[in-house]
Amino acid sequence: MKNTIAERVADFLKNFPPFDQLSKKDVFSISEEVTISYLEKGKLVYAAGDALHDQFYIINKGAVALNKEVNSKTQTLDHFDEGDIFGLRPLFAKENYATSAVTEEESILYGIPLAVFKPLIAQNKDIVNFLIESFASNTENPFSKELNADVFQSTLEFDSKELFELQPARYVKKVITAKPNVSIKSVAQLMQKHHIGSILIEDDMIPLGIVTNKDLRNKVITGEHTIEAEARAIMSSPVLCYPKGVSMSQAQIAMLKHNVSHLCITADGTPNSKIIGILSQHDITMMRGSNPAVLMKAIKRSNSTKELNRIRKKIMVLLDGFMQQNIPLTQTSKIIFELNDATVKRIIERCIIKMGKQPPVSFAWMSLGSQGRKEQLLHTDQDNAIVFDNVEDVKLEAVRDYFLTLAKKVNKRLNSIGFDFCPAEMMAKNPKWCLTLDEWKNQFSQWTSNTGDDEILLSSIFFDFDITYGDARLTNELSDHILTITKNNDLFLAKLGASALRSASPLGFFRQFLVESDGEHKDFFDLKKRAIMPIVDAGRLLALSNQIKNINNTAERFEKMAELFPDDKEFYLACSYTTKALIKFRTKQGLLHNDSGRFIELSALTKEEKLKLKRCFKTIARVQEYIKLKFNLNNFL
Amino acid sequence: MAWPFNKKSYPDYWNDYVNHFNKQKKIALETSRFVVLDTETTGFDYEKDRLLCIGAVSMIHNVILVKDSFEMYIKQEHFNPKTVEIHGIIHNTKITTFTEEEAIIRFLDYIKGSVLVAHHAVFDIKMINIALKRLGFPNLKNQVLDTMDLYAKTRIKSNIINQKKMYSLDDIAENYAINLSDRHTAAGDALITAFVFSKTTSTLNKSKTFKLESFFLKPNRF
Repeated sequence: MKNTIAERVADFLKNFPPFDQLSKKDVFSISEEVTISYLEKGKLVYAAGDALHDQFYIINKGAVALNKEVNSKTQTLDHFDEGDIFGLRPLFAKENYATSAVTEEESILYGIPLAVFKPLIAQNKDIVNFLIESFASNTENPFSKELNADVFQSTLEFDSKELFELQPARYVKKVITAKPNVSIKSVAQLMQKHHIGSILIEDDMIPLGIVTNKDLRNKVITGEHTIEAEARAIMSSPVLCYPKGVSMSQAQIAMLKHNVSHLCITADGTPNSKIIGILSQHDITMMRGSNPAVLMKAIKRSNSTKELNRIRKKIMVLLDGFMQQNIPLTQTSKIIFELNDATVKRIIERCIIKMGKQPPVSFAWMSLGSQGRKEQLLHTDQDNAIVFDNVEDVKLEAVRDYFLTLAKKVNKRLNSIGFDFCPAEMMAKNPKWCLTLDEWKNQFSQWTSNTGDDEILLSSIFFDFDITYGDARLTNELSDHILTITKNNDLFLAKLGASALRSASPLGFFRQFLVESDGEHKDFFDLKKRAIMPIVDAGRLLALSNQIKNINNTAERFEKMAELFPDDKEFYLACSYTTKALIKFRTKQGLLHNDSGRFIELSALTKEEKLKLKRCFKTIARVQEYIKLKFNLNNFL
Repeated sequence: MAWPFNKKSYPDYWNDYVNHFNKQKKIALETSRFVVLDTETTGFDYEKDRLLCIGAVSMIHNVILVKDSFEMYIKQEHFNPKTVEIHGIIHNTKITTFTEEEAIIRFLDYIKGSVLVAHHAVFDIKMINIALKRLGFPNLKNQVLDTMDLYAKTRIKSNIINQKKMYSLDDIAENYAINLSDRHTAAGDALITAFVFSKTTSTLNKSKTFKLESFFLKPNRF
């Protein structure tokens, strides 16, 4: 009888040691006896102390860790991924398992019965060698040693130098600038006079662009423009802007990422405020070699999803290190954001190449929700969308097809490096969220003019978008559109306000934590729903109602509010602090339990942690009270 | 006087099959055997079209035994060129084929009293039931689960996503990042369906109120 499944198992096995040493016939006869199991992330294959199984395992898909309890702390001895075998040595030692094998990702395992494997050993010298090597080495599987060594065994050591990198970068405050209509010649003369390699082009000190040596070389000396042309013709625009206080590391990786040598420092870090300084690569070159920068380089050079997956694991190690070192969350999240952002960019870049042709019109890849707010530290679901330039009706569906195919590729790869598919299908591959600029504008207008519960939910996710890749003109127009349609739209803002108050205070009447009463997380505290969402919702509402543009991060939104309303400065800063504290708390929980950190087991918290949380909840209650009054919401609740 | 005894006499293999259901003892679903199956047919017309192939894997405790899998190709009396392309099962290739009756004998012996699982199960089970009818037998007696129902249950309840959407095996496999290299062979599809079954049930089992029994399809649907 034909056995398609055994054939497929054999096709897989024959690529990996020790099965690559066996004849086709032998591999097939093993394959017929194999068991296949699907395991979710975090499931035990076997536990330390368990009686031996009559089989060992090879990973078809996923990853497995071998853990050991040392002084009641779990230590991971080894990691295995696709094609690695584990659980073989104990079978020969004939003792109960000394370690526990746990799936680190969703996995498909093939179980190979020792009874069919053992007779082959005697006949095959290469297999004997494989076994001797693997039993002698620490890793159990000598073929995985090389890879594991640098990914996981690097213990992060933070010395003073690295901490120094996280300090604010010193920027040049005396900025030489020029107007956009001056001639290229006079710009060059100005640069010569001040011995500088670049000049910011501004109008009323709002940065419009930058002219560097490179621009002069590439666009003027080549004959493309004459030296009498206006500076605006050759300036690079827009200028990358950051607020003062940007750390050495962040500045450095921002430059690496965007391939620029200068950052403009503006009053609020956006291109809409006044220039206060400039930071050049030269200023920070001596600081090179830090871990984030090395990772950034690796991301930009990576050529496979698998490689990116390994880098992502390193980023998690880095994050863990930052958390342990108690580096301020603002710094941490910015660095992690830049790395994540670059990873997504790299994936999109590679997928465009794989498409075989360039996008038919300009487009932008938008990250939504927590990623759009730059608050995503751990791997959570992916939320994203595509906006592309308006096209004629006859071409529209063909163009949309291109972007849907691209999105499908990108979404799939993001999933395989750990950003799970969004359960609500808010992903660019969903035709509902792959729209032209006008379609998006209509969609947004519809949500804000005819607003029900669903529209509020959608607005709260989609309005927090951040451009990850592509043409910033498109996303900028969308941001402007949102401000236009929400300006004086009291009814929409009131509804948004009512939804921000929906998850009532996290503390019950007796000042006890309210825990989930049902479902998978019964008796756990839902940190996301009860604490983070209310404050994030409040931040969005205040930003929209005050027409704050280009700031998505919740903490930064509150900081901006503090700036706009100095009378309530203390209150807004408390909100900003609370946001950071909650996100940090969630990140720590997530790292501890290797999950999203959303659900918290209260009994596992220390008294100090509980007090800290309760303090945060007080601020949430205050901001909710404020919203209730400000938006006159008593009728809504 | 033959009246109380005019019960049709069936061949032994059918009686053996039916015997699996006579014991009437309650088996715990956690320890019972599931047979995850898929059929390839010449088309979608219950009366005109015929089974081309039945593929199945068995699962106990969420573990699939390759040894205990089933793959049977059925001889076609009428060669229908349209289906060759779709299924890649070419008329008279080297693959051993069996008559419909032989295939059914082996299939009944394979499934025994196990719970049957399939994607859009009504179609597969109905096709098999009609083949049974041609041989003069009543319908299958096994309990049947549809992975489509289980998957739909795992989707979050939200107005934003269409709750009535029908999910194809391709949709689900893509969502679960399951390799699709064996699509459109009955055994390959059965294996993919088995992964989907594993994944959906382990997701649903996290809820204490979940009962797999409540997803058994009503016999009148086949």
